Amino acid sequence: MIAIIDYGVGNLYSVSQALQRMGYEYTITADEETIRAADGVILPGVGTFGDAMLELKRRDLVDVIRDIALCEGKPLLGICLGMQLLFTSSDEHGYHQGLHLLSGHVKRFSGDFNIPHIGWNDLRFHSPHPLLKSVEEGAVYFVHSYHVFPDNPDDILAVTDYYGDVTAIVGRNQIYGMQFHPEKSGDTGQRLLENFARLCCKTEVPIG
Amino acid sequence: MIRKRIIPCLDVKDGRVVKGVSFLNLRDAGDPVELATQYDQSGADEVVFLDISASQEGRGTMIEVVRQAAGQLRIPFTVGGGIRDPEDMFQLLRAGADKVSVNTAAILDPSLIAAGARRFGNQCIVVAIDARWEEDEDDWFVYTHGGRKKTGLRVVDWAQEAVSLGAGEILLTSMDQDGQKNGFDIPLTQAVTSAVRVPVIASGGAGTEEDFVEVFQETPVEAALAASIFHYREISLEDLKATLREEGVHVR
Repeated sequence: MIAIIDYGVGNLYSVSQALQRMGYEYTITADEETIRAADGVILPGVGTFGDAMLELKRRDLVDVIRDIALCEGKPLLGICLGMQLLFTSSDEHGYHQGLHLLSGHVKRFSGDFNIPHIGWNDLRFHSPHPLLKSVEEGAVYFVHSYHVFPDNPDDILAVTDYYGDVTAIVGRNQIYGMQFHPEKSGDTGQRLLENFARLCCKTEVPIG
Repeated sequence: MIRKRIIPCLDVKDGRVVKGVSFLNLRDAGDPVELATQYDQSGADEVVFLDISASQEGRGTMIEVVRQAAGQLRIPFTVGGGIRDPEDMFQLLRAGADKVSVNTAAILDPSLIAAGARRFGNQCIVVAIDARWEEDEDDWFVYTHGGRKKTGLRVVDWAQEAVSLGAGEILLTSMDQDGQKNGFDIPLTQAVTSAVRVPVIASGGAGTEEDFVEVFQETPVEAALAASIFHYREISLEDLKATLREEGVHVR
């Protein structure tokens, strides 16, 4: 069972349906016991960094998420804003502290080019990883104005190119993040999401 | 580098696709979700649903369409039409829309753009602009209410204001070219893309594959949108993508 954390912001339904299409059980929840009982956790996110942190705090979910990721070592995947929340801090509409599961800062794109970064852009993998298994370096769908600068380069599993390298996938221990929307990114996105689901549900027997 | 997007648009009324659709393989030619799914499988990069329902019931039906689309589609989609306040935006985003598009309501109350951007992020907020050339005034003006009412707003001015308020994307429709099928409005598209630093979607006038090649080669536009030529299969998405690739346009 994969818990998709419901904290009032976020496009939970698309993620849940992607899991359903692949045959994985899921639950959309903000309940601590349910989250703790899950095999893995997805932290989605649409909205703004500060608001999202407020909503997580209001629901007493900050410690639960940190506990699951740091103490229990269960797989955790942050998607889009959800990935940014895994880091130390963000500049979005003022300075905000994040979950600080990974070390790094979130900044707005800056330069003489179109912002937000919206559309399909190619992944470039940094090193082999179970999350990237059988995935091609294909195009996935990005939609964001802020991006992550991890302090530790080893945390970066994949980048994309948008007027310079942009962190696209991060991973450390069982903490993962995807800046793009895997649930909206065709075959490539589906494979990445499926690999995460397999990391969660190790007992799952792959079909075929 | 980022790829140029091709976006089919579906007009939906009371939960049904309204423009005549002659797809052969659909069980139900009026089902927006089934049509959009077919576009997804044919290589569309994104889909726009434009809700043209006049009634509250129709709007309620749209939420259900969005929910079903979110369950089926593996590409992002935008929903526009009849959005009046941030709560309307929330309902659609919560049901699974990736972006919402505002037009008339944002002109009547520009703070809607700022409120939406603040709550959901700029990247969710598309401002749709219907533009028509005014010979007497030697400029493009913004029209509202589905293109029926002229405003005193100049298109470039409004595009810049919308972006400064928080629009993350501009969906620019040329009313002059819409339905003409003789090409996108290149001068209009150039005028807006050179005035703003957010992605612009060109719309109105597509009739042939070459029209798409032209708009991508002649302007820095990031996406091109069309409706009936895809619905009627005058152009297939697969062939269009192949042509664009041959012409050196970077597409998925």
